[in-house]
Amino acid sequence: MFVTRLAPVRPDVFARPVRTEGVEALAYALQQLINGVTLGMIYGLIAVGYTMVYGIIGMINFAHGDIFMVGAFLSLISLLGLASLGITAVPLALALTLLFAAGLAALYGWTVERVAYRPLRGSFRLAPLISAIGMSIVLQNFVQVGQGARVKPMNALLPGGIELMNEGDFAVQLSWMQIAIVATTLIVLTAFTWLVTRTPLGRSMRACEQDLKMAGLLGIDTDRTISLTFVIGAALAAVAGLLFLLYYGVIDFFIGFLAGVKAFTAAVLGGIGSLPGAVLGGLLIGLIEVFWSAYFSVEYKDVAAFAVLILVLIFRPSGILGRAEVEKV
Amino acid sequence: MTAPLLTLSGVSTFYGAIQALRDVDMTVNEGEIVTLIGANGAGKSTLMMTICGSPRARTGSIVYDGRDIARLPTHEIMRQRIAQAPEGRRIFGRMTVYENLLMGAEVSGQTDIPALLDQICDLFPRLKERLSQRGGTLSGGEQQMLAIGRALMARPRLLLLDEPSLGLAPLVVRQIFGAIRTLNRETGLTVLLVEQNAHQALRLAHRGYVLVNGAITMAGTGADLLARPEIRAAYLEGGG
Repeated sequence: MFVTRLAPVRPDVFARPVRTEGVEALAYALQQLINGVTLGMIYGLIAVGYTMVYGIIGMINFAHGDIFMVGAFLSLISLLGLASLGITAVPLALALTLLFAAGLAALYGWTVERVAYRPLRGSFRLAPLISAIGMSIVLQNFVQVGQGARVKPMNALLPGGIELMNEGDFAVQLSWMQIAIVATTLIVLTAFTWLVTRTPLGRSMRACEQDLKMAGLLGIDTDRTISLTFVIGAALAAVAGLLFLLYYGVIDFFIGFLAGVKAFTAAVLGGIGSLPGAVLGGLLIGLIEVFWSAYFSVEYKDVAAFAVLILVLIFRPSGILGRAEVEKV
Repeated sequence: MTAPLLTLSGVSTFYGAIQALRDVDMTVNEGEIVTLIGANGAGKSTLMMTICGSPRARTGSIVYDGRDIARLPTHEIMRQRIAQAPEGRRIFGRMTVYENLLMGAEVSGQTDIPALLDQICDLFPRLKERLSQRGGTLSGGEQQMLAIGRALMARPRLLLLDEPSLGLAPLVVRQIFGAIRTLNRETGLTVLLVEQNAHQALRLAHRGYVLVNGAITMAGTGADLLARPEIRAAYLEGGG
């Protein structure tokens, strides 16, 4: 059921028979590469939120995928609102929507942590995890009731693109939308990397991630730092929600589940707790999913992604860039 | 004499149902080095951590600079110019030495970071050579210097040192104790030192307390405690 919902709606780009010969085959593979990287960027943005929260308090925030979904809805509301106000210049509308969705989703992220996780800190390990699953259900139902259960379509904001290659009857397309998605992701991740590596807040976050107790002993308000981690993660997820909406053109209250689990897979694949790992894992999951769909079967693309998760967990549980968990002395 | 910088009165701390500190009374005057000695599990580290509010004292008061800090959250206590180099050093292994030091200064709102950094590097020249190295790659002694340096970056009035000599070669221990003495003499820094190495600690300290099973059993000047036969028997035999 989700498969059809999440299936790409740009048939000109995706729905092609497999090419297996000569330059055409190369062109076909190149197209898949472009599509895979685009999708991978979106997963990567979501995965960063999982990995940050895991790094700092060691819990999987199962409601994170639903924050992403909320971000997609906020983006849709914002874009429709701006259109009704007559603001139709695409770059301006996108920039405003980005700020609106990221800001409000950040508030959601903050609230979820404050209401559902912080009171359980110091409780048994599974408590916040269960609470997270509860928050996930709450958010889904909240959006379902508030926005209706039907799929919400949106017209393509940036139609067209560049034709990179034209071999026989197969054209390699790089759509404006894909360029926008990759560019937005790179800008956001650059800003985020700068924040984590160069600013006092980023240092505090890393200190909390490495030794929460010591961070407190240095005068860091650890509760506040944890809150900010949720806020930043939620803002990144909202950016992903906007990009998802732009790319697929349809959203519903349930998209957070599948995208969330895939992004979680990406975080584990890259090495949970590692920020570069989350982005790398996102890219790999995007590529695996797209190439699997292109060469084997669209129906089983989720199976491919999750098979990877299982293999990673069996053979390299610390992921590609993760550290093997060493007991601290 | 002016009021002590730190006064603990009737402090009891519990881990769940287990009582770790029993009715502890203790004072630390400004400019003093006070040491707390005791066997493994006597509650020395618990006492240090209780001053920092983690765990919190269940009863009693902890007055620092005229203000009861026993109910404040840890990070607020640590912003009152109290700094701790805790047991096991707890440096940030995946941050550079420089970043570790920065963490000490930043949160407490220090602005003149280059000057502070120079001070620390003068005190521990070894750290200067390693500023861009990751904390986790340092030797044990260097890590201990970094832990103390990080604490000093907050310009503390009260420095809490938890077993700085643990697991270090005698030469390095001498270096570190020398640095503590220098700091105390030259800057008037107040130090509360927890040690298993009772001999050296008592020689360094102005006063000392002995902690047994969570309760203070003896107190006196360093020289006085060193001379007592029961201290010699319990903590110094074969040591020093």
